Amino acid sequence: MAVKTVIEAIREGMDEEMARDPSVFVIGEDVGNRGGVFLATDGLYKKYGELRVIDSPLAESCIVGVAIGAAVNGMRPIAEIQFADFIAPAMNQIIEEAAKFSYRTAGDFNLPMVIRAPWGGGVHGALYHSQSIEATFAHIPGLKVVAPGTPADAKGLLKAAIRDPDPVIYLEHKRTYRLVKGEVPSGDHVVPIGKAEVKRKGTDLSLIAYGLMLTYCLEVAEKLAGDGISAEVLDLRSIKPIDREAIIATARKTGKVLVVHEDTPFAGIAAEVMAIIMENAFDALDAPVMRVTGPDVPAMPFNHVLEEAFMPNPEKILLKARELAAV
Amino acid sequence: MALKTTEVETKGSPSRHRSLGLSDEQALRIYEVMRLARAVDERMWLINRQGRAPFVISCQGQEGAQVGIAAALRTGYDWVAPYYRDAGVILWFGMTARDQMLSFFARREDPNSGGRQMPGHFGNRRLHIVTGGSPVATQLLHAAGVALASKQRKEDAVTAAFFGEGAASQGDTHEAMNFAGIHKLAVVFVCENNGYAISVPQSHQMAIENVADRAAGYGFPGVVVDGNDVLACYEAARQAVERARRGEGPTLIEVKTYRFTAHSSDDDDKRYRPAEEVAIWRQKDPIHRYATYLRDAGILSDAVEEEITERVSQQVDEATEYAEQAPDPTADDLTTFVYKQELKP
Repeated sequence: MAVKTVIEAIREGMDEEMARDPSVFVIGEDVGNRGGVFLATDGLYKKYGELRVIDSPLAESCIVGVAIGAAVNGMRPIAEIQFADFIAPAMNQIIEEAAKFSYRTAGDFNLPMVIRAPWGGGVHGALYHSQSIEATFAHIPGLKVVAPGTPADAKGLLKAAIRDPDPVIYLEHKRTYRLVKGEVPSGDHVVPIGKAEVKRKGTDLSLIAYGLMLTYCLEVAEKLAGDGISAEVLDLRSIKPIDREAIIATARKTGKVLVVHEDTPFAGIAAEVMAIIMENAFDALDAPVMRVTGPDVPAMPFNHVLEEAFMPNPEKILLKARELAAV
Repeated sequence: MALKTTEVETKGSPSRHRSLGLSDEQALRIYEVMRLARAVDERMWLINRQGRAPFVISCQGQEGAQVGIAAALRTGYDWVAPYYRDAGVILWFGMTARDQMLSFFARREDPNSGGRQMPGHFGNRRLHIVTGGSPVATQLLHAAGVALASKQRKEDAVTAAFFGEGAASQGDTHEAMNFAGIHKLAVVFVCENNGYAISVPQSHQMAIENVADRAAGYGFPGVVVDGNDVLACYEAARQAVERARRGEGPTLIEVKTYRFTAHSSDDDDKRYRPAEEVAIWRQKDPIHRYATYLRDAGILSDAVEEEITERVSQQVDEATEYAEQAPDPTADDLTTFVYKQELKP
């Protein structure tokens, strides 16, 4: 096993899938010669040529709509949206078209396609380079949504998404790209969509997170251990389908759950996780399920004081976790 | 009045179809599919007005454009991305009167959607008909994507995308034509300009007379065709298809036509267009015009016409009877195929 960054793992995942399957191709803004603004596709243009690494016009509906058509005709497109914040022009194609192709044809059509979108804050990206979009898309039946937090999961889930017969929104947290390093299993490493993973075992309380917040929660668990509190960390990895069994299991095991995400709270993923726990593990709870999330404001401001005020961080999570532990 | 009306065209040369490479049989086949599209549509209105089915949306008046253009494509090899009026297109591409009626009655056996979508939302993978939803113009990007895949695999299949002049206002129309132009994709964009987007006349949809003029902005040709002249539509499409198949890129064909019915069974077109205008266009009915041509060409005798009428009515009767009695989906069908899964036997 080699230690890699998240961005390296993503690039490697695409490269391997393009090598093994000639129907896999990438389309997006600056993905060609430039190799993507984050270098996710660095080197792929030279290796696979302009018919498989396509610089699209600056038009997100075009990127997704063309990917849908190509998927209809036997291809497996990876559509890159440069920043998750710019996905709105493609919403009609994603929600009204991609998500409904199978359902509206009673299974006659299906769309094996991936929409990759760098998301999340903490990178001085301001309102339009920091957003979280997972709850919006997880609400739409017909879509799958994944949000890996480690290099191994980034690669394994990307490979699974590319091979999946349905449209998958693949969210890669910008802050994790080079911050988070980890061992990536060699060989054909595929992580199944829909399976959460316990990243740290514990008995006193559970931290449930995904994306960058996974890294923060692992930090917090370490600090809690210093207090004599044993925290379990469950990494959702897949937002939709969500791993209900894993959520229920950790809630039943510890009886105390803190859900963490940087997306806004209202009708968010934490709310869904809490509902799953209430419906299935209420009798096992020793405290109300709690959450740490971004605030209900339109987006993350540029100024560093405001950005820090928006972002959940290890300190905020630790504070809430201690509150929960003390109940 | 949204569209300029002209005198009904006088007779063309009786060998026009042959000069376009169409045999007498093919010329008659085109006529029969136009007749079938019209007859199915008329029956749907009848049934809707009797309260036996909730919704109908029509092809009437546009059959010449639809069948004329579809006839220039290779069925089963080329692709179409139709819009909701394109009964003529999908019947040419292999769907049947029975399929149409199963969709109209929203039965489980409806091959488009298993009774999930409203009528007119066509789709059939085997027949290379790309599924469509209700938002307009999205299918133009799908067509560009289908054509991109053909190019990536070095296949010479052509994809035709159909839309109304209202959909021409959507951003997806621009994005699709722009992308197809850049990559010289084998797409034929077909704008069926019937003068109205529900009630809004063309003059409030755009400041230009011809949608086709926009093709210049995308680097490919745009042509305006009399949409009620089926052979003119066929001719324009054939040229566009040949150009696309040669790898020379897209064409935008604008067919000037008219819808005879209201937008749908829930619309009242008397609120926005004068009856006289409809009457003028009815005189230019593409089916009657083509029938006149075929008679003058000596290939549509009274006997042949009678045979066609007989076959068409029989198909419509059989389809109606079959579909009306066909089973509905069950409540269990509500939750299937959200994602790809094993098809039920």
